[in-house]
Order: sequence, then C-alpha cells, then structure tokens
Amino acid sequence: MHVPEARRPRAEDVPVVFIPAPLRRLTGGHDRLRVDGASVGALVDAIEASHPGFRERVVADGELLASVAVAVDGDLIVRGLDEPVGPDSEVHFVPALGGGSQDG
Amino acid sequence: MAKTHLTLILNGEATELLCEPRQTLLEVLRDDLDLTGTKEGCATGDCGACSVLLDGRVVCSCLVLGVEAEGRSVTTVEGLADGERLHPLQTAFLEHAALQCGICTPGFLVAAKALLERNPDPTEQQVRYELAGNLCRCTGYDKIVRAVLAAAATMRGTAGERGAA
Amino acid sequence: MSAAKTSNPAATERRFKVVGTRPVRHDGIDKVTGRARYGADVNLPGMLHGKVLRSPHAHARILGIDTSRAAALPGVKAVVTGADMPPVKSRTEQSGEGTTNPRHLSDNILAKEKVLYTGHAVAAVAATSAHLAEEALGLIEVCYEVLPPVLDVRAAMRDEAPVLHPDLRTHGLEPKSDRPTNVASVVRFERGDLAAAFASADVVVERTFDTAMVHQGYIEPQNAVAKVDADGQATVWVSTQGPFEVRHFCSEILAMPLSRIKVVPAEIGGGFGGKTTIYLEPLAILLARQSGRPVKMVMSRAEVLRATGPTSGSHIRVKLGAKRDGRIVAADATLLYEAGAFPGSPVWAGAMCLLAPYDVETLRIVGHDVVVNRPKTAAYRAPGASNASFAAESVIDEIATKLGIDPIELRRRNGAREGTPTPAGPRHKRIGMLEVLDAAQASPHWAAPLEAPSDPAKRRGRGFAVGFWFNAGLQSSATIGINADGTASLVTGSPDIGGTRTSCAMIAAEELGIPVEHVRPSVADTDSVGHTDVTGGSRVTMATGLAVYEAAQDVKRQLRERAAALWKVPVEEVSFTDGALVASSGEHAPLTLAALGTKLSRTGGPVVGRATVNAQKATGAAIAGTLVDVEVDVETGKVDVLRCTVIQDAGRAIHPAYVEGQMQGGTAQGLGWALNEEYVYDAEGKLLNAGFLDYRMPIALDLPMIDAIIVEVPNPGHPYGVRGVGEVSIVPPPGAVASAVAAATGVRPSALPISPPRLLAALQASGGHARSGGATAAR
Repeated sequence: MHVPEARRPRAEDVPVVFIPAPLRRLTGGHDRLRVDGASVGALVDAIEASHPGFRERVVADGELLASVAVAVDGDLIVRGLDEPVGPDSEVHFVPALGGGSQDG
Repeated sequence: MAKTHLTLILNGEATELLCEPRQTLLEVLRDDLDLTGTKEGCATGDCGACSVLLDGRVVCSCLVLGVEAEGRSVTTVEGLADGERLHPLQTAFLEHAALQCGICTPGFLVAAKALLERNPDPTEQQVRYELAGNLCRCTGYDKIVRAVLAAAATMRGTAGERGAA
Repeated sequence: MSAAKTSNPAATERRFKVVGTRPVRHDGIDKVTGRARYGADVNLPGMLHGKVLRSPHAHARILGIDTSRAAALPGVKAVVTGADMPPVKSRTEQSGEGTTNPRHLSDNILAKEKVLYTGHAVAAVAATSAHLAEEALGLIEVCYEVLPPVLDVRAAMRDEAPVLHPDLRTHGLEPKSDRPTNVASVVRFERGDLAAAFASADVVVERTFDTAMVHQGYIEPQNAVAKVDADGQATVWVSTQGPFEVRHFCSEILAMPLSRIKVVPAEIGGGFGGKTTIYLEPLAILLARQSGRPVKMVMSRAEVLRATGPTSGSHIRVKLGAKRDGRIVAADATLLYEAGAFPGSPVWAGAMCLLAPYDVETLRIVGHDVVVNRPKTAAYRAPGASNASFAAESVIDEIATKLGIDPIELRRRNGAREGTPTPAGPRHKRIGMLEVLDAAQASPHWAAPLEAPSDPAKRRGRGFAVGFWFNAGLQSSATIGINADGTASLVTGSPDIGGTRTSCAMIAAEELGIPVEHVRPSVADTDSVGHTDVTGGSRVTMATGLAVYEAAQDVKRQLRERAAALWKVPVEEVSFTDGALVASSGEHAPLTLAALGTKLSRTGGPVVGRATVNAQKATGAAIAGTLVDVEVDVETGKVDVLRCTVIQDAGRAIHPAYVEGQMQGGTAQGLGWALNEEYVYDAEGKLLNAGFLDYRMPIALDLPMIDAIIVEVPNPGHPYGVRGVGEVSIVPPPGAVASAVAAATGVRPSALPISPPRLLAALQASGGHARSGGATAAR
C-alpha cells in the first residue's frame, strides 16, 4: 500500500473515514469519524452501527455503489469492500465519475 | 446509375476503371482502387485529409469528381516513396515525430510535396500558410512544420550535390 | 494479478539505455506510406454500406416509424429501428474510467420513445452502396410529436423547463427528492468554516464564467465494420480507444454473450476520449445479422459534430478569498455542466480539479450535471477540468493583479505538495506543482520581454495558468514472446493513438537489454490479449507499460531458469544483467538473448512472459502550466497567439518526442477552446456549424511553435517514475489566454471562446480600451 512520506502522526491508531458532505447529516454533522476496522467494508459497517442509514448510501447488493469510489491513502481501491485498511489509513469516498441514473 | 470508363495516370501508372459519375475522386481512390491512404475527414474540402496532386496541383479529392480525372495524372501518398526508398518528407516526418494518430499525415505529405516543388526554401510562415488547408488535431503543427523545413533542407542539399556532381 | 506497484527510489538514479531516447515508431512507415489500415479502410468481400437516419428535431416523441418503402428499395438489404434492440435495464455501472447507464447508451444509439437532440439516431439501413443507403434513408417515414427543447443549462434547471426524462431524479441530493428534474446529479465537497474563512480574507473576488460546448475534433469520423457468422459469432473492426469496452457495451446493448463478440481495433485517427464509447458498432452488428453480409458504417463530419459526444458547455461561479500575502483562505464554487441528452457530464471531475493544484483548507464546491437537448457528452481530454481551470485560474490571476503579486509567485505560495488534501479530500501523492512553477519561471519565454506592438490598434499581454489532471490506473495485460533469434514480440491491448506501442516496446527493450528495433509490438484484438482497459486517462505508457515491465520480469525469471538448466547451476547463481544471462561463478560466458534464444526448445520449450495489472496504486497525477503571449486587435477583437510554452511534469519521459507531442497537441486544443471553438445552435436546437469550416479549430497559420518543457518529478508508485502525460496540457490554456487578454486590454474575458465578436463587444462595453497601445507582461 502506498504510504505518502508526509504523514502526520495521529494520537489514535485507528483509521479515519472522511464523510462526504451530503452524508454528514447522517453522522451528526461530523466530517470525519475514527472507526476501527481492517477493511473498507468493516469500516462501513462500523459507521452504520452508530449512524444508521449510512451504509445504504454507499453499498447496494453487498458491493459499493457504482457511483461511489473509495480512496485509501490517496489511491483508488481495487478490492471493493474487501480492500484492507491500515491502522492509520485515511479513507475517502469520491464520486466515481459519470452521471446519475434513472434509479436516483 | 450507368458507369463511366475512366483512364488516368495514377502514381505514374496508366490506370483504367469504371466509376459512377456521382463518385468523387476520393471515393474512386478508396473504394474502387483500394488506395486507402487518402482519407476522408469532412467531405467538404475543409480538412485536407483527402489531399492529392492533380496534374501536380494540390486538390481536395473530395471536391473533385472521379470523372474529372479523365486523362490527367493523380499522385497520392502511395506514390511518394520510390519502392522502399522513402521520400525525404516521409523520412523527416518519422524522424521529427511529426505524426501521432497519423490520419492527417497522407494529406500533409502530399501538400508539403507540392509546396516544396514550388518553393524549395520556404520560411516557417510560408510553410504554415501553404499547409493552412490541412487540419491536424493531434500535434499542434509544431513538429510537422519542423519536419517540412528539415525535409526542405535535405532536398536542397541533395539537389546541391546533384548540381555539383 | 500482480501487486501493480513498486516503490523504486532508485528509479531516479537509474541510467537508461532506451528510455529517454527517440526511436522511430514501429508503425511509422505504414503511416507515412498510407499502408496503415484505419477502420474506414477495412473492406470485406460482399460488404454492404450502412447509414443512419437522424432526428431533425431537438426534442420530440416518436409516434411511429414506417420503414417499408426503404426496405423495398432494390439494393437495400436490412433496416433496423429501436424496436429491433432488446430492452436494457437502467442502472449505473462502472465502465473503465467512468460510469455508464446501459439503457441510456442503448437509447442514444437508437432512440426508442423520444428523440432528445437534432441528430439523434432513429433508424439505420444497409445497402449495396453508400449512395443507395442514403437514398433509402429518405424513404423512411417517422412521425414525430415535436416538443419544446431546452438548450441552456440554467434554463434546464428552472421549474418550468421541459423535462427530458420523466423518471430522472437527482442523484446525490440528501435527502432524496422525488421531483422530476433535468438535474441528473449533484456533487458537493465541503470542509471548514466557509463564512469565517471569507471573513478573515483581505481580498475577495467572485466572478461567473460561461464556456461553450466544444468537440474533440478528431479528423477521423467514427466507423465500424461488422460481420456476423451463421452461428451468431460477431466480429467488429473499429477505430476505438477501447476494444474491450466496445465488446462489453455491445454485449450489454444487444444482449449477446461476451464470447460471441470479437473486437479488432483498427488504427485510430484521433480520439481524445470521444472514441471511448460506442455509436455505430451495435447498428453494424444488427444490420450484418439481418442481412447476412458484412456491413461497414462510417459517419460523415456533420454526423460526428451533431451526434457524437462533445464536451460540456458550462456556467461556473468562483469566489476566492485571499490574505494580503496571497494565501488563498477560502473558496466557494458552483459548477453547472451540460450533460447533453443523457446524464453524464464530467462536472464531478471539474469539481475535483478546480483547485487541485493548490492547498486550500476551507472550501465548498458544488457541481450539477444537467441534461439539455444537445448530443450526449463524451470524454474530452481531461474531461471537465479545462472549464473549471479557466474559471479558477482567471480569479486567481485577478487576485494576483489586485495584490500586486507575481502570478507564478502567488501560485507558489499556495502550491500543493505531497500530503496536501485535494478538493475532494484524498491527499496528493508526490506532485510536481512547485517544480512546474520553477520551470516556468526559469523558462526562456518568461525571461523574454514582451515587446510592444508597432500597430496602434494592437495590444499585447502575457498570461500564465496551471492545471491538474488525474492518471487512471485500471487494468492492462501484456505478453512478451522470445523468438529464437533473441528478438521479442510484445502483445498488448491498448490502441495506439500517439506512439504508445513504441513507448511500450521501449520499456520491454530496456528491461530485456535488447535494441528497441528488436521488439515487435502489436495491438491485439479482444480474443488475443487479456482484458485491457481503455486508451485514455493518460494511462497507456504508465499502466500498460507497467504490465509490459512486469511481463519482462517474468521473461527474465524464465530465462534465468533456462540458463541455470544449461549451466547446471542453481538459479540463484544466475542473474540477468545488461541484456545477458550471467553466472555468478564466472565459469560460463554470458549468454545474450540471441544466443539463448536458439536453446529455448531444448531447455523446456517456448518462453512467453505475461502479466496483468490493476494499476490503481501506481498512478501519478500531473500538473501542467501554460505560458502564452497574445496580441489583440482592438478594432476587430481578434486574438493572435504570439508565443506559447507548455511546462508539464511527466514523471519520466519514456519517449520525449512523443511526450512533447502530447503536450503540444493538448495545448493546441486548449488554445482552440479558448479562442475559436464553440457549438452554435438556433432556437430550435439545430446545430448551425456542423462542419470544419465553421467549427473553427486551429490551423497551422493560427499557432506559433509550441515550446514544450518536460519536468520530471518521478512517480514513486511506478518502477520508472512514469506519470500520465496525455491529457493535462489541455487544462491551463484557456485560463492562460484569458489572463493574457486581460493583461493586454484591461478587460477580463468571462466566457469562452474569446472569439472576435465576443471580445470586441466586451472591449466596447468597457468604454474603450483603457490601455493606450502597449504591452503588459506578467508582473
């Protein structure tokens, strides 16, 4: 996994998940959450546990929505929800390019 | 539509075929003679990808009817090389990386050949002016102009050698 | 699948033998002699010619189509309409670089219930000649119920606007809305306290900009030749940037198994993103199937402009707040992009790139993807970024002027570095922003004084802008076969638009220690090479090159085993050095590939190296800068480009001449976008300039030589440090030209293109030209 050199050390050894702006109303306005998990899927589940409604905004049928891409430590992931994350990883959800669909 | 018998000198060789009067020279070259080196980019004479020499003069073959070539000489990109010996323009285009996708290259080579035959020592501006009828979307023209100027120098040098010999 | 990422700090110190040289490209002779076969050059025995009937209305319901008279015309062998296509489920799926909705794609290829732009395909015929096929089109009767069109993005967002898709709901709105709308999606990036940040700023500039719809402008129109055998097996020859994408889309649109479709990539005459989707391929397959004969379809130039994806026109508002020292402390931007008839503008990318070259802590960027009755947009070289960069760089330039800070220096004070969060959130990896600025400042162009014009009607000005673009990783496959004479055949699946088969061959040659002329590269069809994603996203030399690199390592591993077997030594004692197998004991003379090549069959059999990569972790995004001097004629509004320099971080330039070519080509397209190019529609939605005469792209006489300065800040994720180079150079030119015009005239353009009538009107509206004849270089 690519680790950029200018890493800022953090107090807790737990991944940080940045919450997309439209979804912050589900996370009490927080723009980032520290949640424990060894994979992207585990982090999504952890967020869902304390902030219900989050998972269905990014996951459908057991996979990440096609319209959502995930970057871990600056790189787009290749293994979907199974992508491993490290204890000090940063996880971002970014638009996966392209337009909407008839199903909203 | 009844076909017309057409006779012309194509890349130095006497050639005859049947074509419909409504076919352009471009269509005749590509569809009837399988000389697909000359390209269609617009069919309205605006891009120069279909450039050929008609009696030594650059024309857009999409604006010439096939039957208009009756009894005349046509030179296409396929006629530039001498067997396996490339024309200096072709060599210069390769060495100067003057092509990226290559679709405009045949038209440029033909137009540049005519330019250098009229003016063996053009300035950069003259090259740009004479090639203004050939569109390239890939290169920004920089390396094309350099290649033409380089080929011109090569051809002048060779001509000089021949003259001196 | 390999890990597709190596950390190789030694890449910067490595001495290359082939990489960095400028060999003649392997396909060069074919291309200068006219022998190369592009899609329209493919001819098959018994071939028919297909043509498409297109809607004359921008927005209408199709009440009925009668093809009977066309089908009865002698020489017509097949006719298809939307009714001949299977139903396709509406959904969003990832497709290479972006997402696609297959239903929208199917509806764009042949309209079903509605036509949504003039030029929208409604039927197709195949006949024994192209002329006959065109005659047959005239015999097809279509009954339309004409509807009012909406052509402008802001008009389309109003409540009373005609709705293109009654079941479209805005994606990305929270909470979700059930209102019918033309807004297909919204993206939003937000961080920090915007109000407080703006309050703390010493200077605030807010401007709105409009950019016109522009087309990729490839000289080669779309084409496809399809053959369907009696057993239903289809083969398609096509000039495409993505043969595997073509196969995938055709499979979905036509409900055919992937294994029944083989796509053969012909040489391609330009794409710039516009040939990463499909238009004719399914039609050619349907017509071939119906007629039992091969069918060739080639678009006319008018069809290309009317009915293939241009890129979005846009309306963009940018508000920036800065401190007196030039540091940008707050950014607020709204981007409205035209998607065309179906959702899918690159507004998301525009939003992500708008301020990506900079370190801006507090921002809110909102982007709307809006459908209008224009052709469905398609990718165009760094899609979405040029529009956004024009707006942001114009405001930054205005701030620099207001604060009296040099435009390069102001950007340096805000420049992104490794670890800087991008606007969307993820941090930059190693990025060459500061290095590009340094190179711009050190360039001969920057040092040259801008001389005053002698003509009193002229003004001169210099402008500078930067841009950012991503590097797509995605998937590529490669195989390398070693021939008995020590030469190598290299097979990839990446169509070559700009010399990449040679840059890939150079990587193979470098790794194998053989001359590049000894590598024979070919671009294979979808049956003959592993899955390879699109030639696009500036990815071929980086990602396919990475697969080639890995395949070469596989070859070397196998060759070491063969040498070890020959010498009867452990394989650990055999190394591959300088193109030869070397025994560490020194007891055996080194074996070159040529020497070992003849011994392969008796040491075990053929040696074929293979690799597949998913290169997402190897990507290297890039920064480019454009420096431009312009001369404005204040009596006519015409802008001439006097001098232009492009500076770009290539990471590592494998073939510098082709990297320069990408830089110059993108710059030229950006200059055309800035100065001349635009789609002109009438009120009914008919495109008025559907030809190269009036869709005015740069000609040789419009441009000077374009100096290309390659900066190399190696990409740490790639073994050679390669970054994506194909796209980013198109991003900064519009902003640079606008700033140069502002410097020359005192009037800052707020719209693209900065065409003579538009600039003249702006000059006259500003009450004459404030500057009296002269030149204003950058401060």
